[in-house]
Amino acid sequence: MNNQQQHQKTMERVQQGLERRYRKERHFRWLGLSAIILGLVFVSFLFITIISNGYTAFQQTYVKLDVFYDPEKIAPIGETDPEVLSRANYGGLIKASMRQMFPEVTNRREKKVLYGLISTGASYELRNEVMSNPALIGTKAEVWVVADDDVDMLIKGHIDLRLPESDRRIKDNQLAWIHDLQEQERIEKRFNTTFFSAGDSREPELSGIKGAVAGSFFTLLICLAIAFPVGVAAAVYLEEFAPKNRWTDLIEVNINNLAAVPSIVFGLLGLAVFINFFGLPRSVPLVGGLVLALMTLPTIIIASRAALKSVPPSIREAALGIGASPMQTITHHVLPLALPGMLTGTIIGMAQALGETAPLLMIGMVAFIVDIPGSVMDPSAVLPVQIYLWADSPERAFVERTSAAIMVLLAFLISMNLLAVWLRKKFERRW
Amino acid sequence: MNDTSAAKTGLETDTEAAVKQNQSAEGTVGEIYVDDPRMTCRNVDVYYGEKQAIFDVSLDVGKNQVISMIGPSGCGKSTFLRCLNRMNDTIDICRVTGQIKMDGQDIYDGGLDVVPLRASVGMVFQKPNPFPKSIYDNIAYGPRIHGLSDDKQHLDSIVETSLQKAGLWAEVKDRLDQPGTGLSGGQQQRLCIARAIAVSPEVILMDEPCSALDPIATAKIEELIDELRENFTIAIVTHSMQQAARVSQRTAYFHLGKLIEVGETDQIFTSPRHKLTEDYITGRFG
Repeated sequence: MNNQQQHQKTMERVQQGLERRYRKERHFRWLGLSAIILGLVFVSFLFITIISNGYTAFQQTYVKLDVFYDPEKIAPIGETDPEVLSRANYGGLIKASMRQMFPEVTNRREKKVLYGLISTGASYELRNEVMSNPALIGTKAEVWVVADDDVDMLIKGHIDLRLPESDRRIKDNQLAWIHDLQEQERIEKRFNTTFFSAGDSREPELSGIKGAVAGSFFTLLICLAIAFPVGVAAAVYLEEFAPKNRWTDLIEVNINNLAAVPSIVFGLLGLAVFINFFGLPRSVPLVGGLVLALMTLPTIIIASRAALKSVPPSIREAALGIGASPMQTITHHVLPLALPGMLTGTIIGMAQALGETAPLLMIGMVAFIVDIPGSVMDPSAVLPVQIYLWADSPERAFVERTSAAIMVLLAFLISMNLLAVWLRKKFERRW
Repeated sequence: MNDTSAAKTGLETDTEAAVKQNQSAEGTVGEIYVDDPRMTCRNVDVYYGEKQAIFDVSLDVGKNQVISMIGPSGCGKSTFLRCLNRMNDTIDICRVTGQIKMDGQDIYDGGLDVVPLRASVGMVFQKPNPFPKSIYDNIAYGPRIHGLSDDKQHLDSIVETSLQKAGLWAEVKDRLDQPGTGLSGGQQQRLCIARAIAVSPEVILMDEPCSALDPIATAKIEELIDELRENFTIAIVTHSMQQAARVSQRTAYFHLGKLIEVGETDQIFTSPRHKLTEDYITGRFG
């Protein structure tokens, strides 16, 4: 067989197999594409459910009342002593206003139901207004107050009126009153500022995420303040100074193992060490931050070591070659080049910590806390725990608030991840 | 396999030659010693873990001379060069025994600390490795960390003279604040030379400084090496025998971790005394 024939034969074989090779490639592409489409479908499904469930929480139903700031019920005209003003019966003002609007309601039980249309928080609104402006006493004014969550749900269409009366949260007589109020244009949906300015509450219409956001902020602050320096220092030591021997290998394996430890275990550790042994208080961001720092450390160490490894050795050699000490080489050259990678790892670790619930349950951050924390030593909840608490509540109004809180949490997570991407892009160097 | 046996036979004949010439340490042909040495190496062995990379090398580096080290890949010439400023310290498993002295001070035996050693023995690497900083900062870094400059003006003048000595001043004087990594390969290598010069070392080690450069850039660097000889002692590792012949006064030929022959460059290239040297420079292997 001569060369020409050999070549002919080779080409025939190649031609035969060609179609099959390309088909394989096409199949692989389709497979990859469908995997991505499937992923996108799930993500959009998630977003659609959460947003459609939650967007109504950003609005709140308000009722307009004609309030007479009765001097008999509050205090004599001219009274400015905050002590006296704060003790007055503002609920009575609202009740009086309601009675005046619906004079036909005389039955004691019916009256109670009527008063229930307005949120119990409305009296605090009136109190705040009077205390900031005592001159209101003795005057009449139109005041928009927050409606009860059941009214809110009805207005937003979350209550099915086809159900028999006994199965509904809103009864027929309430429906009639609400209808009357709507006729008089006394009911309005407004932007829900309470949701962003209040802490948790038993009443859905009075509850907000500010307490949880503040708690998350303080917790992450502690977490960052501890995990970043410790993580970077550990990474620098392991990568640059530690001798390569059995012990450092053991440490490395353990760090990788720690990254895989279930987070609830860190919660138990935090409970045993920080609360039981060191006697730190429960439910405070300080302990939460410490626990999350333990959990985030492996992530930061691994990311930082990878960043340090990716600094080309030629830069180290250059610095050492002109007589920089190892410490100078690291602080002047290696760290600045590795910092973007370290920051990216840290932000991703922080995002992880922000979404973490399980370890915080262990250290008591699952408590019902109304006050907005002002420092790392105040008891507080965090966003994911708040979501967990609300998801557990039976009221329909908490369902939409749960979704709204998830939206806020996702917004924080997405912006943190975008920040990480941006940092990496900005400080990325080529050499 | 062939190389090993060649080396063995080479060494045997070599010993006879050494005895005859009564001039060299065991195993090396030629003139190890010079009258006015800057660095003296005696019986240097280098081990990577269990593996020995350098065998009993003794060599003098003369003042204001260029000594080139040639040899096939893996012969240990770079390893030996890196012993001269203790760059091998960065490799954990690397161990150096023997004696290396710089101006009479032992550099491995606590006589001279590694930081001042590297300040007086600068190094230029195979691949240009400017810091990802401005041209000015690249040069100023060494003087800054060693505290060599009294004030900003002094530092400016150090930067200027270093760049001038490296023949780069005219090309970069208008863009000192631009990143050093933005220069061409040849310019980057001269920048690295300028950076080494800036701390006014006595010796400059060059590890194949031209292997990543085109012929024109190479010619410039070679010219520069020749000029630098006036003020500095230079040890250069190179793969190019023409380069060794062009720039150096003395040449050392390494083979499988042993220093086979050392002598005047002209003599090495015209009448090598050792069979292995001859084989290498005539291109029979390498």
